[in-house]
Amino acid sequence: MRAVVLGIGNIILSDEGVGVRAVEALGRGYRMPESVTLIDGGTSGMELLDDLSGLDLLVVLDTIVAGKVPGTVISLAGDEIPVFFRKKLSPHQIGLSDVLASLELLGALPAETLVFGVQPVSLELGMEMSPVVAERVPELVELAAAALRARGYELTPAPAGQR
Amino acid sequence: MTRVTIDPITRIEGHLRIDVDVDGGRVKKAWSSGQMWRGVELILLGRDPRDAWAITQRICGVCTTVHAVTSVRAVENALQMEVPLNAQYIRNIIILAHSIHDFIVHFYHLSALDWVDVTSALKADPDKTASLAESLSNWSLNNKHEMRKTHERLKNFVNGGQLGIFTNGYWGHPAMKLSPEVNLLAVAHYLQALEVQRHANKIVSILGGKSPHIQNVAVGGVANPLATDSQAVLTVERLLAVKEHIDALNDFIKNVYMVDVAAVGAFYADWTKYGAGVTNYLSVPDIPLDTKGTKFAFPGGYIANKDLGSYKAIKTFGDEFWTKGVEEGVKHSWYDYNKGGPLHPFKGETKPNYTDFKDDGKYSWLKSPTFYGKPAQVGPLARVLNMLAADYAPAKKYATGTLDLVSTLAHTKVGLDAMHSTIGRHAARMISCAINVDLLGDQWNLLMGNIAKGDMATFNKPVFPKGEVMGVGFHEAPRGALSHWVVIDDGKIKNYQCVVPSTWNACPRNDKDEPGPYEASLLDNPIADPEKPLEVLRTIHSFDPCIACAIHLTDKENDTAVTVKAV
Repeated sequence: MRAVVLGIGNIILSDEGVGVRAVEALGRGYRMPESVTLIDGGTSGMELLDDLSGLDLLVVLDTIVAGKVPGTVISLAGDEIPVFFRKKLSPHQIGLSDVLASLELLGALPAETLVFGVQPVSLELGMEMSPVVAERVPELVELAAAALRARGYELTPAPAGQR
Repeated sequence: MTRVTIDPITRIEGHLRIDVDVDGGRVKKAWSSGQMWRGVELILLGRDPRDAWAITQRICGVCTTVHAVTSVRAVENALQMEVPLNAQYIRNIIILAHSIHDFIVHFYHLSALDWVDVTSALKADPDKTASLAESLSNWSLNNKHEMRKTHERLKNFVNGGQLGIFTNGYWGHPAMKLSPEVNLLAVAHYLQALEVQRHANKIVSILGGKSPHIQNVAVGGVANPLATDSQAVLTVERLLAVKEHIDALNDFIKNVYMVDVAAVGAFYADWTKYGAGVTNYLSVPDIPLDTKGTKFAFPGGYIANKDLGSYKAIKTFGDEFWTKGVEEGVKHSWYDYNKGGPLHPFKGETKPNYTDFKDDGKYSWLKSPTFYGKPAQVGPLARVLNMLAADYAPAKKYATGTLDLVSTLAHTKVGLDAMHSTIGRHAARMISCAINVDLLGDQWNLLMGNIAKGDMATFNKPVFPKGEVMGVGFHEAPRGALSHWVVIDDGKIKNYQCVVPSTWNACPRNDKDEPGPYEASLLDNPIADPEKPLEVLRTIHSFDPCIACAIHLTDKENDTAVTVKAV
């Protein structure tokens, strides 16, 4: 049993970095079992191929541009996922969609993929997220943690002092 | 006259738009336009120079490590620092492994399908394909079993109704010339390359601490302590694992990649006549071998107008021939300078002024860099030609070997002049890859040897003086000469400019209205069908465009994958 939680996005474009910030927060909030790997994917592409190969579960945390009210938390699963990547709801999924297509070709797609994201307020240049989106980070963390636990991965909350 | 617009043109980081005017089946005029604004320099102002590398490696998802290393080199240059030998070797191994990853992925996964017809491969006889493959090289996976497996896998994939990653290819295009067997062989190697590229990535992970974003670079060296027992540091055991990955890469590069590029070159020999463009070639030396960064494993310099005799070397990070030659203009870019230009990067300004796309005015978010007032091509071709001009033996060995193999396969003598072309850039990238995998082995030996001598130093602490200092770091990155220029005042960043390879190549016309390398390389390219401008993709992809670092910021919600407009 092997799972990856992958935060993607560009941390120099304000809310674009929410996926990366959420995966960092997940790592601070919980101790992961050995079967779970947390990855700050940034805007990478093929470099991720090895890490995402033959997974039982891939959880993607990302910015999602879906025409919703900014700050809305969105979760996608099943048939919605290919549409998510094909329609470029994610501003930088070009790299990740190539990785997933290559994995498909190799017969090594993750058995299950989930996407959790937030509709951004701003994609302007900057290292800080907008307050509306930053407030949603704990929700993304809990969604990812709950998804892992529901599939039998045993997470333990990190001691308060270490968060 | 037909106007063709392709937007975006890249398979990765798609923010480049190319326009061509086509008349009589040929490109008459071309425009290269960066479609996003980059302002990463503005984020860096006022920050601690020791943090710049971590931020600049976020400019681009493809080129993370190259910006990290170039940034620390710039700050070290400003402080006139020395870097411990172990740190040089470790950084060298990281950037060489990264470059090999980039070259393999570029050829097989981002550009081979401009030349290879995947659907034609379905018609191939797998056994004949294996015979052909075995006649070309003794690679262990060129056998019948492997070719049958590839054929079966491709058939299932296509019959499943989903072309997946192959969806947007121009299959059946009249410019596709390979036989079904050669196409199948290429698909087999495409799949094998997906496996092989992992070895390069593993090396970056082991030495860089983490991939895709390396963690171990620091102004003054690297942050990994060497050879203690802890998991978190580089042990001899982990370094030995690196050697196995190097050997696997070497096998594939010498027995597969070299042969495949030569075969594509031979079968598409007419493409050695197209795509030369700007033939002023600029590269920088790299793979520093001493603590001061004055001795490098391979040379770099400048060649004017494809004359190897005009070669002039760039010798050190601070070499004035280099630092005084670079300027950037904005006459055709969506920026304004306070007092006109062009400007030296130390004086660079980043003040946007968006107009619309104006054929004769401003039409790109890229600035237009020049070397002593001239446009210059950077990248593998520039690198290899400068190496040849400098009599660098490994370049001679692999260039001669490649041209001989192409000549044999094409049944005609193919000389060095063929390198100034679309195909020549692929050949040069492969030659560069072969040189780099040899260097990777060398650097690994140097590191192990130095550790065996008892030298465990990896870091010198930087000290920032009061007042202003300036520095420049360069790196011969996969796509060519990358430089970061930093002005530091009282220990804080006062100005920061990145002059990236794709800016040199994808730039708009300069202040004298001379076209940039992409634009010039498209002139006179044949266009069989303006609705399917495969030939434009061939020439542009041969540069390995990746312009996320040239420009940044997207506002493209929900648009379709690629727009091709022929008017």
